Amino acid sequence: MRRVTGCEARANKPPMSTKPQSLLKKHLLKKVWDAHTVCELPSGQTQLFIGLHLIHEVTSPQAFAMLRERKLGVRFPKRTFATVDHIIPTDSQIRPFQDVLAEAMMVELEKNCREHGITLFDPASGQQGVVHVIGPELGLTHPGMTIACGDSHTSTHGAFGAVAFGIGTSQVRDVLATGCLAMEPLKVRRIAIDGKLGRGVYAKDAILAVIRRLGVKGGVGFAYEYAGSTIEAMSMEERMTVCNMSIEGGARVGYVNPDETTFEYLRGRRYAPQGEAFERARAWWQSMASDAGASYDDEFALDAKAIAPSVTWGINPEQNLGIDEKLPSPQDVADEARASIEEALAYMQFKPGQSIEGTPINVAFIGSCTNGRISDLREAAAVAKHGKVASGIRTFVVPGSRAVAEQAEKEGLPEIFRAAGFTWREPGCSMCLAMNPDQLVGDEICASSSNRNFKGRQGSPTGRTLLMSPAMVAAAAIRGKVTDVREILG
Amino acid sequence: MSNSKIERVQGRACVLHGNDIDTDRIIPARFMKVVTFDGLGEHAFADDRKQAKGDHPLDREAFQGAQILIVGKNFGCGSSREHAPQALMRWGFHAFVGESFAEIFAGNCAALGVPLLVLSHADNTRLMDSVEADPAQQVTLDVARATLRYRDGEIQGKIAPGMQRQLLDGSWDGVAVLQTAGAAIEKTANALPYASNYAK
Ligand code: SF4
Repeated sequence: MRRVTGCEARANKPPMSTKPQSLLKKHLLKKVWDAHTVCELPSGQTQLFIGLHLIHEVTSPQAFAMLRERKLGVRFPKRTFATVDHIIPTDSQIRPFQDVLAEAMMVELEKNCREHGITLFDPASGQQGVVHVIGPELGLTHPGMTIACGDSHTSTHGAFGAVAFGIGTSQVRDVLATGCLAMEPLKVRRIAIDGKLGRGVYAKDAILAVIRRLGVKGGVGFAYEYAGSTIEAMSMEERMTVCNMSIEGGARVGYVNPDETTFEYLRGRRYAPQGEAFERARAWWQSMASDAGASYDDEFALDAKAIAPSVTWGINPEQNLGIDEKLPSPQDVADEARASIEEALAYMQFKPGQSIEGTPINVAFIGSCTNGRISDLREAAAVAKHGKVASGIRTFVVPGSRAVAEQAEKEGLPEIFRAAGFTWREPGCSMCLAMNPDQLVGDEICASSSNRNFKGRQGSPTGRTLLMSPAMVAAAAIRGKVTDVREILG
Repeated sequence: MSNSKIERVQGRACVLHGNDIDTDRIIPARFMKVVTFDGLGEHAFADDRKQAKGDHPLDREAFQGAQILIVGKNFGCGSSREHAPQALMRWGFHAFVGESFAEIFAGNCAALGVPLLVLSHADNTRLMDSVEADPAQQVTLDVARATLRYRDGEIQGKIAPGMQRQLLDGSWDGVAVLQTAGAAIEKTANALPYASNYAK
């Protein structure tokens, strides 16, 4: 006897949207979830329709191979967009790439996109860039959408009020084949940040402060809703920086409710609706924002004034400090926390109780989907103007996309960086994960504007990463050591 | 489309001694710069095998063509790479039997329809000894009963209940489950304002 294992088991159940829920106050996650629910699965998971599927060269080829094995096509090719970012060299994008493995991955992506009618933003398109930079920039990311990508930093798109999450390779296959995912329900934690960020304190510092307080596993099972006057005052690029690192706090999804800032960012972008359609879209987008008085599974509040320029000192993003603080000592903490602090200190070759300020660095990296946008480059350039890169420091300034690079060129930023002794590169992920030739050597210490300070993350098994804002990276490059950017900004 | 149900795995077995074998050993990171999982099989345990110079269980004549891999404790710990079970599956293993398995590895196996049978230390040791003494024997893993039949008898083991159900009803296959919705997918999609670029 054939057992039914999917959607049709519940086919007679009325769809959720017909229930009289209009009087209930709902948060954005619930509204988006309901609008995208195809059905409840017997497993207790929800079958969700995915409105935008972004793919790149590293996690998609195996998924396409699985489709081929099963003789399946891509169900929603027009809702699928591709770019190349992880393996692309940043010194020259001329084909064929020197690394034959990187070239083979590029060729495979081109072939898969061609075969399935998927738009690919390759270098020749003039729109190539890190997947989480180009989605918003092209206007592909809309409020109220569900977005998936085989990359954990997909949470970035939540800045627009989308429900966006990273997925594994088998799930990339599932979305390609069906336009859907089976998802466990998520709880929502509202994180309110209120007040004005101090000078030299950026969105990066705000999210590092949140992760420091809630921990790297604190968000498991939750979506983070960022709210409060600090978040409301942020630009879209700043909100993206915050949402990007939700996953570092364990939350697969992070979002900000859409508002005028969101709508104005989208107006006129290539894939955003135009004219009257834009006004209709805007009304729908607005309706998807959390209702005042919606209830949350958890709430957390943070005062913006309590946030200092922050730097990681250990081997996960929770291990971060304000610039004027000292590293923890294993003997000062509870038993459970001791081992991880000892492990981090040993790996980083740091001493308990030492200052993070003044730590000498070898490499400076400005870029990534966390901090590789135009506002990040402007902030770093504003610091770079104040000096020259200290001798012996290798630097990488890597715009997040071709469009970011072009805008920076219009504003004369590459000249500012070059004059200060920084190297200006082509767009890509670069040293964020070092799958291309940009890598640390030995136990070098890198001041980095990226999102992960895991052991070996930047290409050397013993390499050390200090995460901080782009302005702080520029300051560290100029002084050759971790520096309070406020001293340079005056 | 009918879902493929995994009710039993039958064939010869291979014995791999050792605890805490991590996914980096199963498939070293340098083999991940690839475009399909297809070629991964030959790189399974690449570094271990190189060190063993032909004497690794995967290279031993008697274990060639084995379908079931018998391992120790905490097999598949470390990085979450789906490349690890993929490599072993493509080498030819369609089930794992052992004392315990790492959680993420188990989740990846579930998504691939590869059963994991957990045995007590005593039973696992007896099974390993028997298979090493007589590698040609047939071994049968029964998913519904969570048992393993071999030359010397039948052993009662455990399969995680979620995995057992998914294997038996075919719902381990994400694509097959999601496809069941049929046109309801397009119906949901078309009700979303952005699907028509807000035309109405
Ligand atoms: S920049 Fe880093 S985190 Fe972002 S997509 Fe690339 S590798 Fe991943």
